[in-house]
Amino acid sequence: MNIRFKTLSELKKLLETKEISSCELVSETFKNIASSKTNSFITLDEERSLIKARAFDEGKIKGDLAGIPIAQKDLFCTKNLRTTCGSRILENFIPPYDATVVENLNAAGSICVGKTNMDEFAMGSSNETSYYGTVKNPWDFERVPGGSSGGSAAAVSEGLICAATGTDTGGSIRQPAALCGITGIKPTYGRASRWGMIAFASSLDQAGTFARNAEDCALLLNHICSHDTKDSTSISDEQENYLENIDDDLKGKKIGIVKEFDISNLNKEVQDSFEESKKIFEALGVNFVEVSLPNIKLSVPTYYVVAPAECSSNLSRFDGVKYGYRANNINNLEELYIKSRSEGFGDEVKRRILIGTYVLSAGFYDAYYKKAQQSRRMIKNDFMEAFKDVDIIMSPSSPSSAFKIGSKTEDPIEMYLEDLFTISANLAGVPAMSIPHGFAYGLPIGLQLMGNYLEESKILNFAHQYQKNSDWHIKSPNLEEIS
Amino acid sequence: MSWETVIGLEVHAQLSTNTKLFSSASTQFGSEPNTQVDLVDLGLPGVLPVVNKDAFKKAIRFGLAIKADINQESTFDRKNYFYPDLPKGYQITQMTKPIVEGGLIDIDVDGDKKTINITRAHLEEDAGKSIHDAYPDKSVIDLNRAGTPLLEIVSEPEISSAKEAVAYMKALHQLVIFLDVCDGDMSQGSLRCDANVSIRKVGDSELGTRTEIKNINSFKFIEKAINFEIKRQIKVLESGEKVTQETRLYDSGKDETRPMRSKEFANDYRYFPDPDLLPVVISNDEMEEIRSTFPELPADKSKRYISEFQIDKSEAEIISSSRELSNFFEVAVESTNDPKLAANLLVGEIGSLLNKDNIKIDESKLSSNNFNILLQRISDGTISKKIAKTILAEIWETGRNADEIINDQGLVQIQDETLLEEVIIKVIESNSKQVEDYKNGKDKLFGFFVGQVMKETQGKANPQAVNDLLKKALNS
Repeated sequence: MNIRFKTLSELKKLLETKEISSCELVSETFKNIASSKTNSFITLDEERSLIKARAFDEGKIKGDLAGIPIAQKDLFCTKNLRTTCGSRILENFIPPYDATVVENLNAAGSICVGKTNMDEFAMGSSNETSYYGTVKNPWDFERVPGGSSGGSAAAVSEGLICAATGTDTGGSIRQPAALCGITGIKPTYGRASRWGMIAFASSLDQAGTFARNAEDCALLLNHICSHDTKDSTSISDEQENYLENIDDDLKGKKIGIVKEFDISNLNKEVQDSFEESKKIFEALGVNFVEVSLPNIKLSVPTYYVVAPAECSSNLSRFDGVKYGYRANNINNLEELYIKSRSEGFGDEVKRRILIGTYVLSAGFYDAYYKKAQQSRRMIKNDFMEAFKDVDIIMSPSSPSSAFKIGSKTEDPIEMYLEDLFTISANLAGVPAMSIPHGFAYGLPIGLQLMGNYLEESKILNFAHQYQKNSDWHIKSPNLEEIS
Repeated sequence: MSWETVIGLEVHAQLSTNTKLFSSASTQFGSEPNTQVDLVDLGLPGVLPVVNKDAFKKAIRFGLAIKADINQESTFDRKNYFYPDLPKGYQITQMTKPIVEGGLIDIDVDGDKKTINITRAHLEEDAGKSIHDAYPDKSVIDLNRAGTPLLEIVSEPEISSAKEAVAYMKALHQLVIFLDVCDGDMSQGSLRCDANVSIRKVGDSELGTRTEIKNINSFKFIEKAINFEIKRQIKVLESGEKVTQETRLYDSGKDETRPMRSKEFANDYRYFPDPDLLPVVISNDEMEEIRSTFPELPADKSKRYISEFQIDKSEAEIISSSRELSNFFEVAVESTNDPKLAANLLVGEIGSLLNKDNIKIDESKLSSNNFNILLQRISDGTISKKIAKTILAEIWETGRNADEIINDQGLVQIQDETLLEEVIIKVIESNSKQVEDYKNGKDKLFGFFVGQVMKETQGKANPQAVNDLLKKALNS
């Protein structure tokens, strides 16, 4: 049976009705991955996947996601399965434990077939910083899939897998979801546990997921999210069933359009798609209101102080002493550090460690880090104010569609602007998602829906109603044409 | 020229919690290397710290004891530096908002009292241990200690001599043990101190350049290291040179301090709030719970013992300084009608036995119950105090019941006057020469007769009765 492009819910049904076995599903998945040219995976786990599939077929595994193959971003620690974080420095790192998100998805019975490619330590918006090679966008192999969760997005977009996890620090789920034409969601900061997620910027990192539609995302989030005592920043509020309100009527509800997000200088197709999407919601009885986020212009500079600062400290543990890459021919301790880290990290990671080290140094802390914390609070307050008037906030997910591989690598600032629309949700800690809503230059673009703190149900509701009244999420790349 | 010394001490007290500050690994000392380590202590990718509230409780107990302010909301910061035994590349500590701020410690140097103000006491995690001499060609790391909770107690620079520093350290030592926040074992590094030492001309208001002597782990070495450093700095300044601000190490073998690093490099620790940890909030209920279980402090205990039981000041101070000894004493006074006797024995006879074996009273074979029996037998005249010592010695070895020992060895005091009179007559008859001398005015010989009676009765005679009967017999 051809399983490519089938949604999670469809596969679930096929397994339930025994029209397909999990073994067949898993074998088919590995066949598709083997023939793929997108470089979406860093490590595969075929043998153990088949053992689990067999166990499911024998009725030994139960659960909401039982027997379904999924993929994990290579930033989540997976017990006894290599976890590289896209870096050379962890080339041979095999974690002795599972991340909580991994544990949760395993407990629901899903089968992790492998680890997806990503920008090194999640630093990047194009997947070009991976030590394991650039991922290609399934819609155009000359273009990037976005990043940092590019491998996960490409794998779902290409129909290799129905669902894959991602992490989002500044847009690392939403931007690649947009560029690959799929649905991706980042819940509220603290809603999913960070235990076992290799840290980039601890106060911004949040696990989430990619799928072919909002409904599948809701089902996945039901398992990805949990309160975890192993993560002090984990939220203890009772967790909703994200499928419960997904069919709510949108009549009379309000969407905010951010005054300060000027989209008039963006590509015409991006603007047109945005207007078309508004019409779809309007037809469902939604009202549009202009909201102001006066400090939103501070998002990118704030982010590029906070995130590098935290990463410069988080990545100190990769020193060649305990695990990971250690350089050869070392004469003393200082050389061990310098050589191992110089050879183990790529350029973008080094750049951010340098920026972070700089902004935290004595004499600069107040001017940068402290100020960034203040502007972050202002941005958060802006969101809290705006959500008093509207249910959700809507914007494009990224300035344009996928760009050519290599076209922005020489200009980090240009690359950083890829996350212009997405970064503020991380700074505020609010949930946000991206759904496909059109094309620019023949490539998919995304619509971003941002919700208030802990209101992922609401954005999933809006997304699902949108997808019931549009077909952008059903479109898939013509793989024969490009290969 | 005359110089004065300014010293500030940073004392690291290892908190006696069962598990580490941010992980559930045990803090047991002396285990096989790298066995008390979990994922968090290893600093594996993806792990996160979770605060051990027990460490906070102990820190707060200490804070209350020194009358400090307790920050019911305190925060953790990262101190970033590379070192092989620091697995994360940063230490989690409390820089901006420590749990304890302010407070004071009273010290006593040969009777001179002084109060040292405390700047702060904050929680932080210990590092592991680098071992350089186990293998000829490599250094190895033991992470058992990594993540152990420390309370760093920082004094104001108000200590003005090595002797004061030792007195301060002793006061802290006694306090943390008493409060059960730290076992105080300096040889195992449970309590160690860094001394910031500077000198200036008498009368100068500005502080001189200081040096920091790291990780001194005994009272003796504190005194020696500081005195060496003072002499060294005076020599440097008097030869017209300048003191270099640096970290020094005390070498007890050579009795000198020397720079720890050959190269002078300023570390920028890039402190910033740890994003993995939320501010730790201690609720009013939790504070109340800590207050309600807060023990009576040695100084208060001592005062109470003197007024309530009329025992000697010096004895009261010795007993109240030890949690175990004061507990033992307080149990004893509940059933004895002679607290003074109890105190006397505890400080005297029992005290020297404890010192001899270098143990605490709850580690000895003397139970409270047995001690009470012993006190009772002295009070009711069954045995003399002298015999009590013999019995104590036996209990110390065997832990046997005092009554059993008294009965088995026939140590019951002779009270019977007719029996004693017989002995006295015998003594008088066989020492007629001394009797004559006594009667002629040699009063001192009275002791001789007492001794003879005691000898005849193997020390079992009731001394008071012997006194009375002897006087009567000799003066008749």
